[in-house]
Amino acid sequence: MIIVKKKPIEEIIEEVRDFGRILILGCNECVTVCEAGGKKEVEILASALRMYFIARGNEKVIEEKTLERQCDHEYLEEIRKNIDDYDAIVSLACGVGVQFTAEKYLTTPLIPGVNTVCLGANEDRGLWTERCQACGSCILARTGGICPVSRCAKRVMNGPCGGSTNGKCEISKDVDCAWQLIVDRLKALNKLDDYEKLAPVKDWSTDRAGGPRTVTREDVKI
Amino acid sequence: MSDLNTASNLEKILKAGHIGVTSECGPPRGSDPEEVKRKGLLIKDYVDAVNVTDNQTAMTRMSSLAACVHLKLMGIEPVLQMVTRDRNRVALQSDILGAASFDIPNMLCLSGDHQSFGDCAQGQNVHDLDSMQLVQTVRYMRDKGKFLGGDDIKRPPKIFVGAAANPFADPFEIRVPRLAKKIASGAEFIQTQCIYNLDKFKEWVKRAADRGLTEKAFIMAGMTPMKSVGMAKYMKNRVPGMDVPDELIERMAGVPKDKQAQEGIDICVEHIQELKEVSGVSGFHIMAIEWEEKVPEIVERSGLYPRPEA
Repeated sequence: MIIVKKKPIEEIIEEVRDFGRILILGCNECVTVCEAGGKKEVEILASALRMYFIARGNEKVIEEKTLERQCDHEYLEEIRKNIDDYDAIVSLACGVGVQFTAEKYLTTPLIPGVNTVCLGANEDRGLWTERCQACGSCILARTGGICPVSRCAKRVMNGPCGGSTNGKCEISKDVDCAWQLIVDRLKALNKLDDYEKLAPVKDWSTDRAGGPRTVTREDVKI
Repeated sequence: MSDLNTASNLEKILKAGHIGVTSECGPPRGSDPEEVKRKGLLIKDYVDAVNVTDNQTAMTRMSSLAACVHLKLMGIEPVLQMVTRDRNRVALQSDILGAASFDIPNMLCLSGDHQSFGDCAQGQNVHDLDSMQLVQTVRYMRDKGKFLGGDDIKRPPKIFVGAAANPFADPFEIRVPRLAKKIASGAEFIQTQCIYNLDKFKEWVKRAADRGLTEKAFIMAGMTPMKSVGMAKYMKNRVPGMDVPDELIERMAGVPKDKQAQEGIDICVEHIQELKEVSGVSGFHIMAIEWEEKVPEIVERSGLYPRPEA
């Protein structure tokens, strides 16, 4: 899923200071699962902003709404009838949701309430970690199911680099060396010989290097 | 390993069966060429070639290529170090041609320290290629006379290509397979990480020799004299992938502070003398970090001076 992190409230306050009527808009998908942009977080942020502005004699209309998805036209239509009631929307969706909402409501200022961090998984309670960088050309079949593009700080294709120590990356003792994990997994699969296959120069044109990416499926178009 | 592929003096020395000696010169954090030249002159007659580091530890410095040109113009043979951290395949190929235009005959291909160690921790890294793919690229440009894109190169670069190896990094079981992979990618010489744990290094060389790897590429053992017990401890605890045995730290700690630098030099000389006798070790890469003036003493006392005529 898409992992996001709450923005510091000071940053949001700064952005909304000049607006009188604000909608805090949550999303019921990834950001709910990673506990940063769902119904609960919408309530908390709305309360915090109300208290902040009331305490300063600057009471605002701050309303709450959480959509099923912000990356879907259908659900975004739910706020169309009330959109003129707001001077601005603070979206707690990922960067995709924020942009999709902005594209739909051209004249309403959109403020992101979270920072979109990565494509990752909920590894443990309160811990979300990156697993994919959407390079557009998956090599997991050749790397023991562990991705060096997203999990190696140097995205080394023929790793590990010389900085791997005790299974950890040179950038931090808290970061696993992806290539240690790859070697361990190849060993578990009894395929350590595959380690010696040279990974050829990668075609990065399917990555962000090729410009904004699209997927077109004629077979499912209406 | 007998036919010469380039005009490299280092290649000639190694292929003639001599023990090769290289050292390194870190470009300055400024534009004064005299610093490069001064370091070059200090070691000129004591080594076969001089590695020029490429923004080592991710600190921004004078470009490796420019510093190599300064050395080359003084009659010193450079080894151009190139990391894949800062440049994509367009820039790397372009710089390889730039180096070849000055007849810089050696290159060492590296991934480079992560930028978080340096002065631009907020910068992007590139890593379009990795170090092995850079080795492949140089060999492809040299041997096929083509760019990665497939077009012909007019006057292809004639460059003797090296890679680094760390016999001590983890996971240990793939240390030799990893060396095999680097050699399979086209590396002709290997300069290793600083060696302090001689037993572990010898084990690595033996395993490499058992697989015939020391017949396919020249292994140059990396040597860095320690200036103090503080440096020894720092190397052990803070430098990724470094193996400094406790007895070495104890030995450094056992001499007075003002004698520790000399003790560090003595240890380095003893290590070279011991490793000279190890089958599969083809040379030494002496990295006297900001201590280039000690290279002549180390080379002389190790019995590696005068350098042979290639």
